[in-house]
Amino acid sequence: MTTLLVLIVVVLLAVALWQLTKIFDLTQVGVNVNDTQVANDNDNKVNGYLMFGFLCFIYLTTIWCLVYYGHFPLMSDSASEHGPLIDNLMIITMVLIFIVQTITQALLHYFAFKYRGRQGQQALYFADSNKLEFIWSIIPAIVLAVLILYGLYAWTNIMFVDEKEHKDAIVIELYAQQFKWEARYSGADDVLGKANVRYIEGVNNLGVDLSDPNAQDDFTSSELHIPKGTRVIFKLRSQDVLHSAYMPHFRAQMNCVPGMVTNFSFIPTLTTAEMREKPAMVEKVANINDIRAKKSAELVAKGEPALDPYTFDYLLLCNKICGASHYNMQMKIVVDTPEEYKAWLKENAPKTIVLAVKNAAAEAKATEDKETQSKDSTTTKSKDTTAVAQVVMK
Amino acid sequence: MSAEAHNHDHSHDEHEHHHKDTFITKYIFSIDHKMIAKQYLITGIIMGVIGVGMSMLFRMQLAWPEESFKIFNFLLGDKFAPNGVMSNEIYLSLVTIHGTIMVFFVLTAALSGTFSNLLIPLQIGARDMASGLLNMISYWLFFVSSVVMVCSLFVESGPANAGWTIYPPLSALPQAISGSGTGMTLWLVSMAIFIAASLLGSLNYIVTVINLRTKGMSMTRLPLTIWAFFITAIIGVISFPVLLSAALMLIMDRSFGTSFFLSDIYIAGEVLHYQGGSPVLFEHLFWFLGHPEVYIVLLPALGITSEVIATNSRKPIFGYRAMIMSIIAIAFLSTIVWGHHMFISGMNPFLGSVFTFTTLLIAIPSAVKAFNYITTLWKGNLQLNPAMLFSIGLVSTFITGGLTGIILGDSTLDINVHDTYFVVAHFHLVMGISALYGMFAGIYHWFPKMFGRMLNKNLGYVHFWVTATCAYGVFFPMHFIGMAGLPRRYYTNTNFPLFDDLQNVNVIITCFALVGGAFQLVFLWNFFHSIFYGKKTVQNPWRSNTLEWTAPIKHIHGNWEGEIPHVHRWPYDYSKPGHDEDFVPQNVPMKPGEEQLHH
Repeated sequence: MTTLLVLIVVVLLAVALWQLTKIFDLTQVGVNVNDTQVANDNDNKVNGYLMFGFLCFIYLTTIWCLVYYGHFPLMSDSASEHGPLIDNLMIITMVLIFIVQTITQALLHYFAFKYRGRQGQQALYFADSNKLEFIWSIIPAIVLAVLILYGLYAWTNIMFVDEKEHKDAIVIELYAQQFKWEARYSGADDVLGKANVRYIEGVNNLGVDLSDPNAQDDFTSSELHIPKGTRVIFKLRSQDVLHSAYMPHFRAQMNCVPGMVTNFSFIPTLTTAEMREKPAMVEKVANINDIRAKKSAELVAKGEPALDPYTFDYLLLCNKICGASHYNMQMKIVVDTPEEYKAWLKENAPKTIVLAVKNAAAEAKATEDKETQSKDSTTTKSKDTTAVAQVVMK
Repeated sequence: MSAEAHNHDHSHDEHEHHHKDTFITKYIFSIDHKMIAKQYLITGIIMGVIGVGMSMLFRMQLAWPEESFKIFNFLLGDKFAPNGVMSNEIYLSLVTIHGTIMVFFVLTAALSGTFSNLLIPLQIGARDMASGLLNMISYWLFFVSSVVMVCSLFVESGPANAGWTIYPPLSALPQAISGSGTGMTLWLVSMAIFIAASLLGSLNYIVTVINLRTKGMSMTRLPLTIWAFFITAIIGVISFPVLLSAALMLIMDRSFGTSFFLSDIYIAGEVLHYQGGSPVLFEHLFWFLGHPEVYIVLLPALGITSEVIATNSRKPIFGYRAMIMSIIAIAFLSTIVWGHHMFISGMNPFLGSVFTFTTLLIAIPSAVKAFNYITTLWKGNLQLNPAMLFSIGLVSTFITGGLTGIILGDSTLDINVHDTYFVVAHFHLVMGISALYGMFAGIYHWFPKMFGRMLNKNLGYVHFWVTATCAYGVFFPMHFIGMAGLPRRYYTNTNFPLFDDLQNVNVIITCFALVGGAFQLVFLWNFFHSIFYGKKTVQNPWRSNTLEWTAPIKHIHGNWEGEIPHVHRWPYDYSKPGHDEDFVPQNVPMKPGEEQLHH
């Protein structure tokens, strides 16, 4: 079937090509007897009109894209306090770009059409004009100066966050490894314990320094929970290769670099529940579910399981190529109300890393004792810890 | 300068008397710049077919993720496409090698290599390059590096697949991804040889332009092509060695246990010994070349466009001096903006502010160039030859792609579109498609000079219109899926229901890509058929002013029989009042009392 389709496409392409050449050939009939392969008046006319047509094509593509794809929720609703700053600058820049694009493309293609070559037409000998050059250096310079100033203002606001000034901020470590994310919370003392990959052992898979007093109450989660309205300071680490923590709905992104800790900070402004109710999001989710329903119908017909319906969740994506399964390295982000967040903390804070390590050690010891009873082996211990580590990693 | 040129004349005359070219010295180890240009072009076309072919394959995977295609199994084998389903590792390899081949082998080596070699001696009035031997070595190193790169496609663990930017640690550790084994080693070896080739070429171009100009050819009478090639070569000499050092350091890290770029790594169940290095250092070194590289690719294309637009508009290029100034300004700025690739790499945000400033400045000389091209068309007598269409197409994609650079160059906006398809769309239009159009324009324009025959113009028109339509069809919608937050280098988006509504755009893009790719066959047919059976050309088919058209059609060693023509005017005296013809070649002496524009 595919072979047949491919053959049909190839044949159709060949026919299209033959037709096009034919059209060009026909336009030549009787015009040019000695065929020099240099454009003549007729070529100029045909291609001049095509230039005009191409201008229409560009405009139509633009309009079509804007109508169908210009209303992505990512452009409209941001879920962080600095989000509108970025979105406004984006919209201002976009509008400017579209104006310049519309005018310059029009001039370019219209001139190509209007001044298409004709026998006996004289081109204007016009080589230089300092005035014109000055105008089109100074106008972009002014426009860019405005954009640069706005951009730098926003950049400074977003990136230069003094941690000492934000005493009430929550500090969370985002830990990246091939191919999953983990979040480490600082616990009751609000300070993250020291960590290095050299401490990684067994269930302590983030390499936390267990002897550090600040690390005693640290706990991890495979789902990122953050409260609405409080500044969150992310400390990003990677254990193996470069990753990038991309949180598009919060207009936030920062690379995770092995060997160093990077920072990003924002204040969430919409809880997951609130975001789900935004009209743009409702529309988007409905649309996605339509698509998924259709796909499911196809799958069921083929005897495969149907797709789950989609409900919106914030996501943390990996956005720096990090290996074979880079395309599926994600973590769910939940923005809670402060009350929900407190409840979540209450439930999860006791599951500290230190406790997990203790439990694992006890468990390992129990198994070891059992094993020593049945078999004399000196190597089991190390094997066991790796096994536990593997289970935990999974 | 002229004394040297005369010396050269002399030695050449002697040379011709008792030297017979064998097949090997004429076609293989030739030191004639025209033959070397053709060698570069044909090697580049072969590499281009491989590079573009790969993009067709991964575009199919993106439109119809994890579907089975017989062609995948046929081309990629049972290991990488079992049952015709492309594996995720080979997907990344295809993306990586596509980028590498197109950026370095096609748009750097083939574009500069072909047209700098062909045009520098012919347009400045020299018998050959300053060193024919270096030129030959440069080509053959390029050839070897191409062969090594192609060989790397066949190693057992798979070709390099850490992305064309080969950021360590991913590219340094075979544990991290399969392609970082032998595949990556060969990639690095190939690039090291490539850089040597590129440097030899660049040095040769610089020396030739400075020393071997014919009598009367002052720097301000050089065609803009030569200015572009000259400045390109200078940027290449400044930035390529930095990539070489980065590649060597990466080789040291990979094979000899140093820690330039690696630190604190735990992978595959063990802690590695690396300590104290930083991947961010590699990013700095890579982009110190990587960004100027964009202009190494683009400037020659703009140079070619300037020449083609002026000739075919039958008008002087508007603002000749402004064009030179903008080339120099772009070249200068291009070396101090590399940080805009690294806004969110973890470097100090203050640097981000600085790089935003310098980056957005580039828009000014770029705008000057775009407006000057448009003004050159104004009130011209446009001869819409295929080369002219491609040049106008270049200006169009240069504007469209360049404008979105204002978004990406702004650190604040980059936070949210960094590494999404928005970036892919941007750089493909502004450097990929634009430079490719420049290359096509050059081929259509100088094909008669290279092969003594004309390309078929109707096939050229079909080639242009389908390519132009498909290029917009592919890359325009791509901006929008990028703005919707779709990251690049994802093998499939099916794990993110969030992106399900973008899938139909991906199908549209792939359809345009497949049609556009298929129609390049029209060009290939036209090219190879016309080499042998094309219409024979006249000496100056486009009625152009530059010196290459004063040389005989048949290629001779030394370019001109007898004396090299002397230059009396700038190259853009088209439709000058007071002359019978609408063009006045550079070697025509000034009429008494004629006004001189550039000395």
